[in-house]
Amino acid sequence: MENSTILIKVCMGTGGIAAGGTEVISAFEKELQAEGISAAVEKHCSVHKVGCRGFCARDVLVDVLIDGEKTTYEYIKPDMVSRIVKEHILQGEAVQEWVVKDDYRTFHEKQRKVVLSDCGEVDPEDIGSYMERGGYDALRKVLTSMTPEETIEVIKSSGLRGRGGAGFPTGLKWEFARRAPGDTKYLICNADEGDPGAFMDRSIIEGNPHSVIEGMVIGAFSMGAHRGYVYIRAEYPLAVERLRLALEQARKKGLLGEHIAGTEFSFDIKIKLGAGAFVCGEETALIASIEGKRGMPRAKPPFPAQKGLWGKPTVINNVETLANIPYIVRNGAGWFAQFGTERSKGTKVFALTGKIKNSGLIEVPLGIRLHEIVHDIGGGIEGDRKLKAVQTGGPSGGCIPAEMIEIPVDYESLAEAGSIVGSGGMVVMDETDCMVNIAKYFLEFTQAESCGKCVPCRIGTKRLLEILTRITDGRGRPGDIELLESLSNDVRAASLCGLGQTAPNPVLSTLRYFKAEYEAHVHEKRCPAGVCKNLLTYTILEEFCTGCTMCARVCPANAIVGERKTPHRIIQDICIKCGACFETCKFKAIKKG
Amino acid sequence: MQERLEEILKTYQEDEGNIISILQDIEESFGYLPEDAIEWFSERLDVPPAKFFGIATFYAQFHLKPRGENIITTCCGTACHVKGSERLISSLMRELQIPTGEDTTEDRKFTVERVNCVGACSIAPVVIINKEVYGKMTADRLMKEIRRLK
Repeated sequence: MENSTILIKVCMGTGGIAAGGTEVISAFEKELQAEGISAAVEKHCSVHKVGCRGFCARDVLVDVLIDGEKTTYEYIKPDMVSRIVKEHILQGEAVQEWVVKDDYRTFHEKQRKVVLSDCGEVDPEDIGSYMERGGYDALRKVLTSMTPEETIEVIKSSGLRGRGGAGFPTGLKWEFARRAPGDTKYLICNADEGDPGAFMDRSIIEGNPHSVIEGMVIGAFSMGAHRGYVYIRAEYPLAVERLRLALEQARKKGLLGEHIAGTEFSFDIKIKLGAGAFVCGEETALIASIEGKRGMPRAKPPFPAQKGLWGKPTVINNVETLANIPYIVRNGAGWFAQFGTERSKGTKVFALTGKIKNSGLIEVPLGIRLHEIVHDIGGGIEGDRKLKAVQTGGPSGGCIPAEMIEIPVDYESLAEAGSIVGSGGMVVMDETDCMVNIAKYFLEFTQAESCGKCVPCRIGTKRLLEILTRITDGRGRPGDIELLESLSNDVRAASLCGLGQTAPNPVLSTLRYFKAEYEAHVHEKRCPAGVCKNLLTYTILEEFCTGCTMCARVCPANAIVGERKTPHRIIQDICIKCGACFETCKFKAIKKG
Repeated sequence: MQERLEEILKTYQEDEGNIISILQDIEESFGYLPEDAIEWFSERLDVPPAKFFGIATFYAQFHLKPRGENIITTCCGTACHVKGSERLISSLMRELQIPTGEDTTEDRKFTVERVNCVGACSIAPVVIINKEVYGKMTADRLMKEIRRLK
């Protein structure tokens, strides 16, 4: 392999690092320095860190490219590195047993990558690696050969809609701000990804921060802003660090700051760390937070495009929206609009998680069937259990039941089904998940995150949570289901901002599709999925119990008694229903129900 | 303490008068928001302490009480929830003997905090122990890590 160019790319997103990516990189560096090896590969072999390519469940993922030919390895540990170096890099023989299998290919086959096309390919800590792949070409094109109006027109005709949740047309938003009077305008990138179960914004910033910066500069030029902010969660330390580095590199290259790319246009970006409040995903609350206040929303109009940050016209775009911009400008509006449906153009990134075999970050054309996502890309349900529902849109969304698996995934269809695309969280649930418990889970979340400004949201979500808690505790009363429904409608109708208006969605959508499950909890005091603790009892089936004592050993409450090699017994009064015995038993001798 | 507060004040003046940034800097430096620090700023800036506390209690990032030496952050995102994060938390609370309603052990060795989502859903359930991310966590592995820290 003496004259070949060898590139080694190691996945170093949060998932990759958690799986040991840092150790794998240093193992490669060490192996390649070793005597005898360094001479053979010196100069034309390099190790790079890349961001998330989506399949975090298989981390650490490593690409070895020899003269452009790519081999991908999965589940790589540091002690596997020396064999890869010896056999593959020195002798050109891939270590077949560690190479990704067919399912890695099927995971990617139905995807269409726009925003994520460079994630997993470029080194997020090196601006040069983005520029080699055409990065910042779009910005140069816009600054040197287009007017702001022309740029807005391109985005408008691409049909791009906001990827943060509401789906408002991006070009139109820019146009409103462009037309708003005044010289001082702001562009804010909303990276306060608060939806539990969504991590596309984090992955984009960790994997390709420059695409977001480039999108921001183009947006700022179009609307006429000279100051920008990225409002990012403090819970994403790696994303913050990479973004900071990327901003510095862009400034050094003259692509940010005064006279960008030698033109008259100036724009700079500052990072603002969010302090942890879900409601700050709401535009007006986010603005209040940047101003250093409690992040409470206010009534609209005036819309931020007229009166936003410090009273000036402001546009707030989500990370994924902005990361789409360079690719749209580079390839044309028509190219982008070929993906998707009539009203939902382009691709969308989803975080496919939960009880799914291939869990990860995926990018698909809007309008794809849910079935294709779950079964083809996702590879089906974990443990080959039965699909029950797919939760989309996080706490503002709803559950799509298994019967509706053929639904096209786009803004309109999901809304009709009582859910939303939202920021793109997609949590797959199987028959062992209780829908009442899920509704309660989301209400716990929204109740805690309600800013407290409007009574219907502040008190309404609390009452909803109380009713749901009572139902899951086995204290449900007749009439509770009807009360949930009517109260949900009130909270939805009477709250000021998106948080309150959508908070009852998880309740309403589970009531719509899984009413029988609510009824079983309320009337029969039974949790069909076997989740709600108070409605459960664990018992040992004597005929299967071998008396191995494993359950007694893991029981934290010492509630299991019995002699060795004779059937054991659970003392119900002491049992805390933690389920530890159920999970430990190798003989399926513990019954839950 | 005084010295550090002066430094924070300097950056604050350059930063558009942002109280959140001050609080973030205090939290970063001391691990929580000591009452003295807030009063010091309140006097220097002539802003009532209530304003500071109003902001501090609004955002989840701020803590008014000192926290443990080891911070165990458990993710309570949806993916982690369906993969059993509740069970991990209850076993943690039991192992560390943290009473209900509290989050820190009496000897201030451990703090268990819940966060909404750390965005590592495909390796759920996730626990962060002293800033290091552990994916696909099980109660067994978690207890081993905790005992090692004890």
